[in-house]
Amino acid sequence: MHPWLEKQRHLIDFTLAALARRKAKNIGLLAAYALLVFVLASLALFTQALRKEAGFVLAASPEVIVQRMVAGRHDLIPPGYLDKIGRLRGVQKKEGRLWGYYYDPVVSANYTFMARPAEEVASGSIMLGATLARARGLQLGNLISFRSYAGKLFSFKVAALLSPDSELLAADLVLLSEEDFRAFFDYPAGHYTDIALSVANPQEVRNIAAKLANALPDSRPILREEVLRTYQSIFDWREGIVLTVLAGAILAFALLAWDKASGLSAEEKREIGILKAIGWETGDVIRMKLWEGVLVSLSAFLLGFVAAYIHVFYFGAAIFKPVLQGWAVLYPSFTLVPAVDGLQIATLAFFTIFPYSAAVLVPIWRAATTDPDAVMR
Amino acid sequence: MIQLSAVKKAFNQGRPNEYWALHGIDLAIEAGRVTALRGPSGSGKTTLLTLIGCLARPTSGRVRLRGEDISGLPERFLTEIRRQTFGFIFQQFNLIKGLSALENVILPAFPTGRPRAELVEKAEILFDQLKLGHRAAAKVEWLSGGEQQRVAIARALINDPAVIIADEPTANLDTALAREFMAILEGFTAAGKTVLLTSHDPLVVESSAVHRVVGMRDGRLVDA
Ligand SMILES: Nc1ncnc2c1ncn2[C@@H]1O[C@H](COP(=O)(O)OP(=O)(O)OP(=O)(O)O)[C@@H](O)[C@H]1O
Ligand SMILES: [Mg+2]
Repeated sequence: MHPWLEKQRHLIDFTLAALARRKAKNIGLLAAYALLVFVLASLALFTQALRKEAGFVLAASPEVIVQRMVAGRHDLIPPGYLDKIGRLRGVQKKEGRLWGYYYDPVVSANYTFMARPAEEVASGSIMLGATLARARGLQLGNLISFRSYAGKLFSFKVAALLSPDSELLAADLVLLSEEDFRAFFDYPAGHYTDIALSVANPQEVRNIAAKLANALPDSRPILREEVLRTYQSIFDWREGIVLTVLAGAILAFALLAWDKASGLSAEEKREIGILKAIGWETGDVIRMKLWEGVLVSLSAFLLGFVAAYIHVFYFGAAIFKPVLQGWAVLYPSFTLVPAVDGLQIATLAFFTIFPYSAAVLVPIWRAATTDPDAVMR
Repeated sequence: MIQLSAVKKAFNQGRPNEYWALHGIDLAIEAGRVTALRGPSGSGKTTLLTLIGCLARPTSGRVRLRGEDISGLPERFLTEIRRQTFGFIFQQFNLIKGLSALENVILPAFPTGRPRAELVEKAEILFDQLKLGHRAAAKVEWLSGGEQQRVAIARALINDPAVIIADEPTANLDTALAREFMAILEGFTAAGKTVLLTSHDPLVVESSAVHRVVGMRDGRLVDA
């Protein structure tokens, strides 16, 4: 093996032995540091995953949704309204949508009921999200009854389970035929909840919105890109809030780690003197300590990051969920699709490994550059 | 082997607590022989050893090693000379606690980048010579004083130095162990090594293993 590599191996060997000798100190340090990484990484992974989810959710939604406003509130689309829109250049498809919320007291959760054309869902049957099915213990072919807001019981047969890319997207979704929808909610015939427009060219979305506002002054066009932007900034804002709340704790941990890392005991100073006296160069001592810093902070990073990954993607970020999720609707349970951003990891890794290694180096520099003759006394 | 001319050493030079530990030393140390420095406490013996062993630089004067002036070299070169030429046996042994005897012995060779297997092999040979083979894996803090010193000796020899420097090598040993040390000293001479040591101990300075005794007092050489 190359002498340089061999030398680094020696230095790592020595570092590991040195770490093992100061077990209590180093395990405490590792734990504090890993916890710090865990908190930051959980936060980063969770918000990143939510952003990704929001993207998924909205990818499936139409580019423009038109709502009708009455007295500043969202109201039903009356019959004939759809035709008033007329032909708009760039709009590929326009359709009236029917959807509403249903509160299920059995699992204390809100479902989204949505009507689909008869070709997709036959009358008397429903398709529902896998999460919801799990919560109600439903399987394909089972029957389920919902009591409508009017007090009548409706029974449906489970025709299919939805398992899209994003569980969050379909978690609470129930699809049923238009006929069943209108009957269940006593929805007035010919009315719709809103209108969905498909626009192929994203450049045209704003134009179309402007034209709509002109043609139908009582309408409110909602653009997908704007919703997306709103979601992103909500998550950014929430992330910021959590960071602010945690700032004190993070700072305390950072200071603890810095203090532990940068403190040099008399014993360690003596050892550095001995190493220098028996022929180690100042550079060797510093390299050895650098290895120590890198090994400790790298393992803390890996430990904290893996724990955060498990926390976020297997335990649904139980610690941060209440603050960060903040969706209006309650979800019985859901797992996020693992979404990891390379740049984000790199940033976190840099800001955990680099300052720590630097903290280790500062005092060593001073100790390692003192004269080695001190060991003779 | 080593020549000193007009070597002076001041501590805390220019400050109120300035102290001149050596006042001009002229000395030649012959290769292959055992030279002992003798003198009362505070006479500057240890200070002189640190200058010869490249652990410190003289304030003025020259130290020559094999004819080459080493007194003005930068630290990096001094370290290299120290590692290649000198082996140190410290009075307090200065072993690193928590590591095994074997690990302590191979430490000085780490910067050379020699493969570990080679170092371990060399250390085992030294342990056998010093009758320490059975304690190689023991942590140094569990060893007796005599054993610790032999670990320190093995460590001084791992890089195969030409010169061994020992400060008060018998100060922490009883008579029997001190005699053993003198036997080891004869082994060094037989192996052609140059030895420089300091001692108050009559057992050392009057021993036939020591070829020359240099007296010191108040930072100057005196007739022994
Ligand atoms: N780093 C230092 N700073 C100030 N004074 C020092 C320093 N090192 C040594 N001295 C002084 O220099 C003088 C010589 O010290 P040195 O250790 O060389 O003596 P010594 O002959 O080895 O004594 P001993 O037999 O007690 O070991 C002493 O008076 C000591 O106090
Ligand atoms: Mg001394």
